[in-house]
Amino acid sequence: MNGSNLIMIFLDTFLIRNIALVYILGMCPFIAISKNLKSASGMSMAIIFVVTLTAGLNWLIYWKILIPFKCEIFTFLIFIITIAATVQFIEMVIDKFFPPLYSTFGIFLPLITVNCIVLAVSLFMVLRNYNFIQTIVYAFGTASGWSLAIILMASIKEKLYLISDIPSGLKGPGITMIIAGILAFAFMGFAGMITIK
Amino acid sequence: MKKNRKKIKRKLIHTKSFRIIIGGLWRDNPIFCMVLGICSSLAITNRVENAITMGLGVTFVLIFTEVIISSLRNFIPERVRMITYMVVIATFVIVVDRFLKAFFPVISEALGPYVGLIITNCILMGRAEAYAIKNKLKDSLLDSIACGLGYTYILILMSVIREFFGFGTILGRKITSDTWTNWAAMTIAPGAFFLLAIYLWIFRTILKKTEQ
Repeated sequence: MNGSNLIMIFLDTFLIRNIALVYILGMCPFIAISKNLKSASGMSMAIIFVVTLTAGLNWLIYWKILIPFKCEIFTFLIFIITIAATVQFIEMVIDKFFPPLYSTFGIFLPLITVNCIVLAVSLFMVLRNYNFIQTIVYAFGTASGWSLAIILMASIKEKLYLISDIPSGLKGPGITMIIAGILAFAFMGFAGMITIK
Repeated sequence: MKKNRKKIKRKLIHTKSFRIIIGGLWRDNPIFCMVLGICSSLAITNRVENAITMGLGVTFVLIFTEVIISSLRNFIPERVRMITYMVVIATFVIVVDRFLKAFFPVISEALGPYVGLIITNCILMGRAEAYAIKNKLKDSLLDSIACGLGYTYILILMSVIREFFGFGTILGRKITSDTWTNWAAMTIAPGAFFLLAIYLWIFRTILKKTEQ
């Protein structure tokens, strides 16, 4: 375990294997919430916070409870319950103690339970056999990568709606998909940057 | 005779069941109209067999979720309904995962974590919240079958194109000549994005024309 390994993991998930543009996960909010920059960044903050927290919790539950007691069959069930409960808990805490924060990203919290990337990070971390610190870095990198993608998308769309004449059938999700395709091509350029052993 | 047939047809069109089925397959198709469940539909459609497995898996989970939620709709407290959906969905996804691991290990390997990600497929949550919690058992059953099949056939439509251009095969059988060059872009993310955009464009244009 050394520092460069952690940096590698972060770069790998943040740019090279970006979860939104290479694994195509977290698409529902990616389409629905990328209409303006403000809500996109609010959603991003919420995602980074929740993903990092739940991945850590799920790592502890998986390796310290499910594996020793041989209950791997319940993995999906336990993971999703952890996520739903954590999200509910965070929402209550923020609503009670930090009202200004609640108005910026609290409204996005209920949506996060059904966001694919929260569960995906937990599942990938099990598949790739990360240890605890690697998991935290991996989760943080993934969530930041997703945020980067949605913020790019929101900025492009804001400009696009001002100046361009989109065919009516392509408005909304259609044009989002095309922009995402072009962004995905651009992100493929990062693939040669480093290789992960 | 002809008049009679027309009358029956008109009667059929105006029944509720017919409207539910046509809604799921065409007018409110989960992918094209509501734009739900995009993640899995893009990520796994580079092979036809993966698409069929995924489609049937989602249909299976959707049918059981809607039936259970709909039959328990008077007993589920308002505040914990989300968690209830999650638990029901996750249970049936475990069934699908175990089934694939036991009988189709190759496909299960190819789908990887995407089987588990059926849980967060928005179609399941969306239909449970928008339909099953408010409607009778029979209607919910019909709705789940229609939506599931509507989702499956779009996956198959996408995967046929992507596998043909990306690998030159359909269902693993080679159908192109030896001089065929594979379009690598079709097998990875950008191809999926562009293809879905084109499908959305075609579908929405047709839908707008028929509505006018």
